[in-house]
Amino acid sequence: MTEYMLEAAGITKRFGTTQALAGIDLAAPTGSILGVLGPNGAGKTTAVRILTTLTLPDSGQARVAGHDVVRQPAAVRRHIGVAAQAATLDETLTGRQNLRMVGELSRMRRQDARVRAEELLQTFELSDAAGRVLKTYSGGMKRRLDLAASMMARPRVLFLDEPTTGLDPTSRLRVWSVIRGLVEDGVTVLLTTQYLDEADRLADRIVVIDHGRVIAEGTSQELKRVTGGARLEATLMAPDPTALDALRPLVDGPFQVGEHGRRLRAPVRDTAGLLKRAVRALDEAGVDLEDVAVHQPTLDDVFLRLTGAATEPAAWPAGDRGSAEPALQEVTR
Amino acid sequence: MIAAASPRSLPVRMADGLRDVLVLTRRNLVHIAREPMQLSDVTIQPVLFTLLFVYVFGSGIPVPGGTYAAFAIAGLLLLNLTTSSMGTAVGLTNDLSTGIIDRFRTLPMWSPAVLIGRSLTDLLAAALCTLIVAGSGLVVGWRPATGVTETLAGFGVALLFSYALSWLAGCVGLWARGVETAQSFGFLVLFPLSFISNALVPTRGMPEWLRTIADWNPVSAVTAACRTLWGNPNPSATSAAWSMQHPVWTAVAWSIAILAVCLPLASMLYRRRTTD
Repeated sequence: MTEYMLEAAGITKRFGTTQALAGIDLAAPTGSILGVLGPNGAGKTTAVRILTTLTLPDSGQARVAGHDVVRQPAAVRRHIGVAAQAATLDETLTGRQNLRMVGELSRMRRQDARVRAEELLQTFELSDAAGRVLKTYSGGMKRRLDLAASMMARPRVLFLDEPTTGLDPTSRLRVWSVIRGLVEDGVTVLLTTQYLDEADRLADRIVVIDHGRVIAEGTSQELKRVTGGARLEATLMAPDPTALDALRPLVDGPFQVGEHGRRLRAPVRDTAGLLKRAVRALDEAGVDLEDVAVHQPTLDDVFLRLTGAATEPAAWPAGDRGSAEPALQEVTR
Repeated sequence: MIAAASPRSLPVRMADGLRDVLVLTRRNLVHIAREPMQLSDVTIQPVLFTLLFVYVFGSGIPVPGGTYAAFAIAGLLLLNLTTSSMGTAVGLTNDLSTGIIDRFRTLPMWSPAVLIGRSLTDLLAAALCTLIVAGSGLVVGWRPATGVTETLAGFGVALLFSYALSWLAGCVGLWARGVETAQSFGFLVLFPLSFISNALVPTRGMPEWLRTIADWNPVSAVTAACRTLWGNPNPSATSAAWSMQHPVWTAVAWSIAILAVCLPLASMLYRRRTTD
């Protein structure tokens, strides 16, 4: 039996005339990481606020750690840890005082809160700054302290709203490993992010939301399949329509053409030896080549495709190479 | 595995709630320790006011039955306590404008502890203010003429009123959208409230209508109660108003009435302010 530590169904929320959430469903089994991906304003933070009892939904239901977020907020709060996007700690207290306060207000025994605070200060490399007032912290340090605060009471469900925004690469890796460690111990994590590699590397399942709706869901592998796999990209020295004919047998879908015909891009299925064959085909056609490469799909591709930043179909701009055209256009065969 | 919500007995919950209040009160005290100038309205201001009023105004205001210093200390205490009660509003508005309240709201704490912790911090500040006013009073020649119990009772009545006012100010802070609004309430409401009273001048020289307002002003009642309990000159005792004939009861009644309205109002405003 799969147990869901976090379930939401049909959550809607409107602020004035803005429909922040238009009915979203989320689910995360115990001990998994659910990645919530979406552009700014997609509704990620509203979803997190509803699941953490900060905002009431207009309709829909959500259960966290087995408790209803609307009817049993106090019970939910006993099991969650939250690191919100905006810093939510006391600027006038030191890092250590902040963690102890959060621990004590989370019903930890005073001594336990002290020990746990030191542990987390060490984990997030804040021990040296522990006695300093938060006002003197850098943005990245505040972020890490917020993460530490969310983990004080060893919650079962952790909500991390863009946890690594503003962190340097080393801290990011560290935060990732801390999160993985918690999940190994059975903690369930909901993580929102704008970084696709973060979702790719951490999340067991990914939900993509935009305009308050779930527009795609699956593992990162499943989502990547949405874009149709790998792509061949060629950049020519000069626009040359014969390049299309030369490459057409190698590709598996329509070409996208950009930079006035200098850049060609098309989906491919079989990537084995493809690069060599592409170079040879273009060479035989007498096309002057600047660069050719095979790109494995990234979540960026999925994301761009799903959120409507995808390309529009257009005809090959025959004869009119000087005309203004978008960077990339899709060519129908 | 999900444990059922553990049924916890009432005393345990009360102990938890009390602990939350103490944790938050301690937090506010740390703030004060870091920025001691926050306390200037209960430390420097009382000394300044005492010296200014006693030596500048006092020389020109005759008080029947005693010196101006003996008369004015109760009034100066009330003036200081009333104006400094706005600290509650400013403190709450500050907390609400940062993300800290969101943090509190995701913790399994007792949420009224935020308000109660704030009011207790201000009660401690008010107690400090009382000590400083009394100290400055002793320097300029004020003396309580009654026993220890009655003298302490006088301070108690003043502090009870101050505690009630901090809840009123708390309501203002929760209602106001910015610190400026909260502060202007202090100037527009509390300042006149302290001055249209018997706190600093005997009221018998006031026009009839103003005198009626002054007689029924809670600040007058508390001031008169302190003067009565301390055995200081209390010219208001000659007023026919019931409130001036029974100042201690009036003072306590005002305080309880303000608390009865503002406690539930503050928790309602807090809930409204923190729900979206």
